[in-house]
Amino acid sequence: MAKVKSGEGGALTTTIDQAMEWARSNSLWPLTFGLACCAIEMMAIQASNLDISRFGSEIFRNSPRQSDLMIVSGTVTKKMAPRLRRIYDEMPYPKYVIAMGVCVIQGGPYHLGYSVVLGVDRVVPVDVYVPGCPPTPEALTYGIMLLQKKIRNEAER
Amino acid sequence: MVVEGEKIDQSREWVELNIGPQHPSTHGVLRLKVKLDGETVKDVEPIIGYLHRNAEKLCEMDYYCDSLIYFDRMDYVGAMNMELGYLEAAEKVLGIPPPERAQWIRVIMAELNRIAAHLVWAGAFGLDLGMLTPFFYCFIEREKVLKRFTAVSESRQQTNYMSIGGVYQDIDDQIIYDIEQFTEEFPAKLEDIFNTFVKNDIFISRNKGVGILEPEVAIDYGVTGPMLRASGVEYDVRKAEPYLVYDKLNFDIPVSYKKDNLARFLVRFEEMRQSIRIIKQAIKKIPDGPYFNPKAKKSLMIRLRGEGEAYARTESSKGEFGVYIVADGSVKPYRVHVRSPAMRNLAVLPHLAKDVMIADLFSISGTTDLVFGEVDR
Repeated sequence: MAKVKSGEGGALTTTIDQAMEWARSNSLWPLTFGLACCAIEMMAIQASNLDISRFGSEIFRNSPRQSDLMIVSGTVTKKMAPRLRRIYDEMPYPKYVIAMGVCVIQGGPYHLGYSVVLGVDRVVPVDVYVPGCPPTPEALTYGIMLLQKKIRNEAER
Repeated sequence: MVVEGEKIDQSREWVELNIGPQHPSTHGVLRLKVKLDGETVKDVEPIIGYLHRNAEKLCEMDYYCDSLIYFDRMDYVGAMNMELGYLEAAEKVLGIPPPERAQWIRVIMAELNRIAAHLVWAGAFGLDLGMLTPFFYCFIEREKVLKRFTAVSESRQQTNYMSIGGVYQDIDDQIIYDIEQFTEEFPAKLEDIFNTFVKNDIFISRNKGVGILEPEVAIDYGVTGPMLRASGVEYDVRKAEPYLVYDKLNFDIPVSYKKDNLARFLVRFEEMRQSIRIIKQAIKKIPDGPYFNPKAKKSLMIRLRGEGEAYARTESSKGEFGVYIVADGSVKPYRVHVRSPAMRNLAVLPHLAKDVMIADLFSISGTTDLVFGEVDR
């Protein structure tokens, strides 16, 4: 049998894994989870000018149970953080998180405030960070494409 | 089994339902505690504070010129209007009025942003009612406005264009031509968007006669903006207490006496048409001259000191936006208070949504035009 990359699985299973990751990366269903300013730019990538469906990130779902990508767009406050964690827990595996905007990455302009969580990575694990205040829709599209690349490489790890 | 003569405790049969904070129709992070009797809403309790970013407190820690960024992020779909509201108050405290040309530029930008804000509202309102098509059309037009903003301020949404004593940079003939082009193309596109709504029978029947807001109630709750004007009260800060150069411009205040959801929808669309009218006049009348008050040079910006207190009110896309600044003679304000129109408009929701069907609750909350950056601040 021909030698394939990762050790344990045989040729068949690794090939299926790769096919699965490829399929998964091209059918990301983001969750409608708008928190603040960045949410409007997140809506803009779904609209006609920058149609995100072209890149295989299909339709925004309103229920966490139907989605596998959470775009945290906007400031996460201490009141919102437990709800965010709960919504993340409700999503089925495999699931991914994109931190959109500096507020989500480290607090942004509000990092001196008393009510803001300094980075969503204190609450949920983050796959891709998209900086900006707010990031342009193009930047977010690039972030999603980076995430797709990451998912495609998962089988080879 | 009901025993005769015994009172039934209706409240025990009500179902309590939690809507939000993650819900597509709450326009952000609103949480509604709803008490239901079957499908009829008996009581609504809005719970806010999920986006409290302590902007007012942070303003006390920053210089006058730096506080502007928190206002950009309050009503994040209408950033120019928020900047204008803050600067009206800050310039009174600091004693640095903007020159004539800057005032006209500010009017153009504020009205352009009013259009963009109403377009976002219209798109989201369509989504609330299950209409996907208007959303796409609204965002195509909104991108055109943002393209103009990018040209003047190098930023799309949180523009930070206006600054103390004027604007960040002058607008050249190319930008004026672009804006003129937009004012000529937009009205036809707006009618297209308008028709996707009003030629839909379901849309009309879901909004006509739903969510009646009496003018007395509206005034009691402090409701302002398009919501108040849809209840038949002709009140607009631009006319009642003109700021900038609005007294030199010719425009109407759209008023409806039907008081329902459809009236609020129509008033907002008419406002967009009036905004176009204002921009067309302003482009023709814009004078030459400095765009920046020399007293507020950028290198001296952090040394600006204010004394006394000032309150300024402006008409944002949501309603009357008031900013109150107390200065103590130092380089930072002592206190900044914001009168948020969206919060007052939200306060009337429990009154509006009494004894309506649960499906109507979202068409009513959609017409209140909530933006949570502004409600929670």
